[in-house]
This record gives sequence, C-alpha cells and structure tokens, in this order.
Amino acid sequence: MALIPPPGSPVERAPRTDASIDRDLRDLVETAEEEAFVQRLLTTTVDRALSWARSSSIWPATFGLACCAIEMMHTATPRYDIARFGAEVFRASPRQADLLIVSGRVSQKMAPVLRRIYDQMMEPKWVISMGACASSGGVFNNYAIVQGVDKIVPVDVYVPGCPPRPESLIEGILILQRLIGANGMPSSFDLMHEQGLAVPEDAARIASERRAWAAAR
Amino acid sequence: MSDYRNVIEVACPGAVIDEFEGPGDELTIEIHRDHIRAVCRFLKSEPGAFRQLSDVTCVDYLEGNGNGDRFRLAYQLFSMETGDRLRLRVWADAEHPEVDSVTSVWATANWHEREVYDMFGVRFAGHPDLSRILMPFDWEGHPLRRDYPLGGENVKFSDAV
Repeated sequence: MALIPPPGSPVERAPRTDASIDRDLRDLVETAEEEAFVQRLLTTTVDRALSWARSSSIWPATFGLACCAIEMMHTATPRYDIARFGAEVFRASPRQADLLIVSGRVSQKMAPVLRRIYDQMMEPKWVISMGACASSGGVFNNYAIVQGVDKIVPVDVYVPGCPPRPESLIEGILILQRLIGANGMPSSFDLMHEQGLAVPEDAARIASERRAWAAAR
Repeated sequence: MSDYRNVIEVACPGAVIDEFEGPGDELTIEIHRDHIRAVCRFLKSEPGAFRQLSDVTCVDYLEGNGNGDRFRLAYQLFSMETGDRLRLRVWADAEHPEVDSVTSVWATANWHEREVYDMFGVRFAGHPDLSRILMPFDWEGHPLRRDYPLGGENVKFSDAV
C-alpha cells in the first residue's frame, strides 16, 4: 500500500459512529494531498512538548555532600559521560539548576543549607536522593544525620547503593527523564502544592529557627 | 617517679594527684582541676617548653570515679624542643562540670574546649566564647554523653535478629 495516494483520488474513510468524539484534524481531510500532509503531522500538547524539552536538558546543581559526590563527579567524566543524556551541565548556581542530586549523608547542620539551596532553585525542579544515607540515613542512625532527606525536601527518584555506581545514578537520571518526558510529570513540589500538602515539618521548623538565630546575631 | 612530676610538684604544690606510665614513653599526670591553668602555664614556659597543645578531649565515665566526678579530660602536650609528649588528666564534676580554660595559655585550646563543651557539656571558666562548634546553635543536650539517647530512628527488624 502506497503511503501517498495518487493526487486527486478521493479519501475513503468510515464515518464516525461515536458522536461524543470531537472532530479532529483528520475529519477535515478531503483530498489525498491533505491526507498525506496529515500523516506527516504529530499533534501534541504544549505541556508534553515542554516536558520533553525539559527532560532532555536537565541541569543538576553542583552540590556534593559525601562519598556519593565522588561517584556523581565520575558520572560526568568521559568514561561514563552523562552528556550523552543531556544532563551534563552542572551549574554552580542553584538559580540555573533544575535537579538537586543529594549525594551523601545530610547532617543536621547541613539540612537548612540544603533546604535553602532547594528553595533557591527555579521551578520546575526535581530531586534525586542518591545513596543509602540520603535516602534513609544509612548506617548513621545517630544524632548528627538527618534520617532521609525526604524529611526536608520532596524527592522524585531514590537511587540505592552505598555509594551507587555511576551507572546507577545514570539510571536514576534516565528514570527521571522518562517521568518528566513521557508523563509530563509536574515536579514533586508542584504536586505537594496541588494536593495541599504542607511543607515538611522539619524544614519549616529549621527555617524558622535559622531566621531567629540570624536575627539575634 | 618522672622528672615532670617532680618539677610540677615543685612549681605548683598540691597540683599533682597521680601519674601513670603507659606503653612506650607515654606519661600521664593527673592534675587537680583547680591547678590546671597554672600547671599548663608553667609547662609551656618550663621545663622542656610544651609549646604545642595537640588536643583536648574528654571521656564520660557514667558511673564516675567515686569522688563525685564523671568527666575525665585529657590534654595532649607536645614539646618541639625535646620531642617529649605529655598527657595531663583532669576530672570534672558530675553535676556541674567546670574546669578552668587554658585558652589564655594556648590559643588553640579555644576550639578544642568548645568541642568538649558541645559534645559533653563540660564548661570552661574564662573561655572567651564558650558556644557550640559542631552542633546547631539551638541544639539541646550534649550528644556524646553516655546517657544521651542514641537518636535517629529505630533500626528496622533489629528485634528479629
């Protein structure tokens, strides 16, 4: 069957029986030329197009915390090369970053700093929790370490490992890309607002205490 | 009896409580806490000139030493002239642990003493800025005390082992 029908031939098309279906572009097609044109069209929504563009250009923040950060740096080296997936532009300013990779254990004293960096990032933004410590506190079940970074920022993808190999982090970034691109997924922060979820309690408490301390100085 | 014990006893009568010989040349002299600053000032100038204070640490003996003391502080001294090392040991009270600061002798004691205060709650009299150094400023309690709760969250499945 030829893809392009000969010019001038009428289009044979079964009439639509379902009245509830809206007329789409194909209903307007009358000639074979128009049919050929429509076959070369890809219709989508602006949201999906934006999401696809965003997923293909994730800029992580330059933010290393512990040993996981060494593996994170490795993913940017020529051997692993996350430039292949369009996520290689580590930005030193959170204002220019879309992705926060929490690479390592988060101490109680680092928590307000991390939260502040997250707040400074522009919407839409995503968070990858890299490794056991960032995800759950890891082996550091003690007074000094936040037991999972999801207590202070919303997390989109958890990457297991201690530390995860660069392949694991790349897999996490690919999963994030699929979530953003295919589903047009809003960032987790948007979801929290949509569902009326409060900002995590710890984050609010830490921020207020931090402000009080800064005001007293 | 070591030379250092003798010279300390001559310079600061009543300061030395006891001395302990460790493996090798390790020498520990236990000092009464009221005399620690005078002894340190003396040791920095005479004899051997312990110009360097390597470390100030603390150990929490929860059951105490029998005299109402609980925290045992250790001052690690090093002499660049003779190569000698000397450890001073001081006991601090269980209820209101307070020891004279030696920041006026060695400036490096400033942060070491802040760390001991942060982790153990031992106060140092005469310290210029005795505030927390590792934990957040609004932290409650002193985490390295033996009776401090372990914190974090319960380890899952630990009861099934």
